[in-house]
Amino acid sequence: MTVPGNWYLILSAILFSLGVIGVLVRKNVIVMFMSVEMMLNAVNLSFVTFSRMLGDIGGQVLVFFVLVVAAAEVVVGLGIIVSIFRRRVGVTADDLHILEG
Amino acid sequence: MVPLLLTAIAKPDLIVFLAAALVVVAGGIGVISYRNPVHSALSLVMTMFGIATLFIEQNAQFLAAVQIIVYAGAIVVLFLFVIMLLGVDRAEVFSRERIRAQRPLAAVAGVVTLGEILILAHATWATGAKAANGPIGNSSDNVFKIAQVVFSTYLLPFEATAILLVIAVLSAVYLSKRVVVNVDEALEAPEDEVSLFAAEETEKRAPKEQSSKNDDEVYEV
Repeated sequence: MTVPGNWYLILSAILFSLGVIGVLVRKNVIVMFMSVEMMLNAVNLSFVTFSRMLGDIGGQVLVFFVLVVAAAEVVVGLGIIVSIFRRRVGVTADDLHILEG
Repeated sequence: MVPLLLTAIAKPDLIVFLAAALVVVAGGIGVISYRNPVHSALSLVMTMFGIATLFIEQNAQFLAAVQIIVYAGAIVVLFLFVIMLLGVDRAEVFSRERIRAQRPLAAVAGVVTLGEILILAHATWATGAKAANGPIGNSSDNVFKIAQVVFSTYLLPFEATAILLVIAVLSAVYLSKRVVVNVDEALEAPEDEVSLFAAEETEKRAPKEQSSKNDDEVYEV
């Protein structure tokens, strides 16, 4: 364990920011979903890093729960995307402008 | 540069970290920059593998295996299935912006977020408090330690995840059920969910529906 924990945290911050940029820039809803998954992964990485830094197994257990929630979220989100696509032509965020109030 | 290189050779952990970090960042940039969603999904797999490598390097072997199985094996495959099913594997058009200057603003927001997190990372994280859930153990008993904590301290959240997964499965089945494709019925029943978009869709789909009405493919919710 020669690599300091801060390096992992910086890498996690970079990955999280890439996910933020992806959600804000991309229009394809599926790619936006992938960016959300990337942010979840960045948080998982920092959880494991804190678990190592603090010598506490709780961080890894939390990552386990995050994985379960991510799987459920993807299932429901892709179901919503599929059902939207049945009614609309495309699945970009612009096609959903009918949702604005 | 040369001392850094010598240090890296002396410490294989550092080499693994740098290689995995390169894979992770390259995959992340690929996800947000490829025009084709399929390429984005494959870049996402690359990121997942890099993260799994970093998990192994930090003695989280169980999570590394779960990461590969759940993310690369299930979630990304689900993404690819949906992409293929919907046929959206074409490049998106950036010329028509609904919000002016959205992309530069988004890039600025992302950079600001990165700076904010890095500034926060300089704060003192470790409190020195004793471990609340038990020690992390060494590389040989990682699964044992996690199982011990999950089935004692976190037993209730663990059961809650079971309920959550059942709810997710039920909602996925419900969402992917076939809806009314008969326009006349949809117009007669305005409270039906299909009428949410019925106003625009009626003219568009009307000729097609007339032909398919004679078939036995008219299902109801």
